[in-house]
Amino acid sequence: MQSTADAFEDLRKDFPVLNRRVRDNKKLVYFDNAATTQKPNQVIDAISDYYQNYNSNIHRAVHALAEESTEAFENTRDIVAKFLNIEDSREIIFVRGTTEGINLVAYAWGRDNVKEGDIIVTTEYEHHSNIVPWQLLTQEKKAQLKYIDIDDNGELMLDQLDDYLSTGKVKLVTFSHMSNVLGTISPVEKIVSKCKNAGVKVLIDAAQSVPHMKVNVNEIGCDFFVFSGHKMLGPTGVGVLWAKKEILEKMSPFLGGGDMIREVHKYETTWNDLPYKFEAGTPNIADVIGFAKAIEYLEKIGMDNIRNHELELTKYALEEMKKIPGLTLYGTKEPEKRGGVISFNFNDVHPHDVGTIIDKDGVAIRSGHHCAQVLMEKLNVAATNRASFYIYNTKEEIDVLIAALQNVAKVFKL
Amino acid sequence: MSGDPIYTEMIIEYSRNPSNFGKIADAHIHQHDANPLCGDTIDLYLNIEDNKISEIKFDGHGCAICMACSSVLTEMIKGKSLDDVKKFDKDELLSELGLQHLVKTSPVRIKCALLSLKSLKFGIYSYFVDKMKDSESAGNLNEEAANLY
Repeated sequence: MQSTADAFEDLRKDFPVLNRRVRDNKKLVYFDNAATTQKPNQVIDAISDYYQNYNSNIHRAVHALAEESTEAFENTRDIVAKFLNIEDSREIIFVRGTTEGINLVAYAWGRDNVKEGDIIVTTEYEHHSNIVPWQLLTQEKKAQLKYIDIDDNGELMLDQLDDYLSTGKVKLVTFSHMSNVLGTISPVEKIVSKCKNAGVKVLIDAAQSVPHMKVNVNEIGCDFFVFSGHKMLGPTGVGVLWAKKEILEKMSPFLGGGDMIREVHKYETTWNDLPYKFEAGTPNIADVIGFAKAIEYLEKIGMDNIRNHELELTKYALEEMKKIPGLTLYGTKEPEKRGGVISFNFNDVHPHDVGTIIDKDGVAIRSGHHCAQVLMEKLNVAATNRASFYIYNTKEEIDVLIAALQNVAKVFKL
Repeated sequence: MSGDPIYTEMIIEYSRNPSNFGKIADAHIHQHDANPLCGDTIDLYLNIEDNKISEIKFDGHGCAICMACSSVLTEMIKGKSLDDVKKFDKDELLSELGLQHLVKTSPVRIKCALLSLKSLKFGIYSYFVDKMKDSESAGNLNEEAANLY
């Protein structure tokens, strides 16, 4: 029988890009998975198959191709619902990605429900996509945007949430399930239960969590839940917004146009049923169909196995990186409290220089502010390096990273 | 790593000990710019006397390439007339540090190399237009700066 590590190593054959060489004929070590993951043949083939064999617009025509494409598209909705333990797949709205999902809520729900003086609560470790839409909304409505700060361990200071909730003015608490920079996993149950007790709505940005661990949306009990397909083996341009039916039914539409209407007259329109009310225009049919294959691929491995594999890699990487003098690691020291994301700085070397030098050894990491400048300000750095892992990564690749970092020390005479 | 096309001794040295690093209080020209890709920021300060750059300093956070190029740029243009600065070409700066190849090889890193030159061109343009009320002399420096990379 295969060991677990071997089973994960075996997956690599499904990812054609992992075979390529980069720069000076170096093996690619892809550690930029928090930005986007690579795609297996199963996903790539499903997209080609759609374009080669049944490309057709969905929902309206009655011909054979349209029936096939509609079925494949709608089948993905059911697969997503089952994956997240959502009972009613009509609550699944396909969007371009997490950013569009959050903007949809800020626009369609926020504009009807947030008034002058109200408070929206977010956190210091949010991606810009969970900050800027709320800045736009609160500025327009003369409402207030408040932050839950993080402590020195990179964890949320929940006392502040209690203080905000006690004002009675909070309309929404919106936070990332897992920080895309620190890897910190947010205490979801605690936050949701505090908000429920106060009768406040909760949005969870799950872009970094759903790809890496088992998530049961029904059990969490939040009101809005958003994530992207491309960070979990799926194609770019597909994301999911889930919200409770009662909320979606009361919400105004986001984009107006085809498919989201029931009847259009010269001066008034009635809206289509859920989920179509929020899916104006021809959607990203091919990529939604490809996304179904990504979920099937992940489910076959098992989300708990994926979490364990990444935890092993993270523990190993943290141990090895701690041995490098001058290397600063950000976020909690307890691997169990974090996902497979490691942000670091190396002495005073700018992350862009680290990124360029280790790229010569084929190692792809992210250098920059990771769309989290509020967090960068808190950490008092302009940028960090970030290595992030996924199912196809190995301990041997972490060894390549460590050796490449030693090159950085040589170049900069550290 | 010998013969590294980017991280030469000179670049590393300048990044460790940048020239003309700091601020000038009440400078005639103060130009701030940022690289949205990486969050690098630069503040360029210049004093002008007799149409010449009498004093120049820069401040900010940046990578080794950004720091080295900003250092060399300030060294190269100190004492030059505004007309000469207007004509100053990016190749002059890049060749001084052996980084001409970045134009072709690294569309990302070229932005680090030219951030300070872009700020300089914008700064001089604003100086002509806003302080000297001389749009003619400012020419198309702002367009040149905007299209630098």
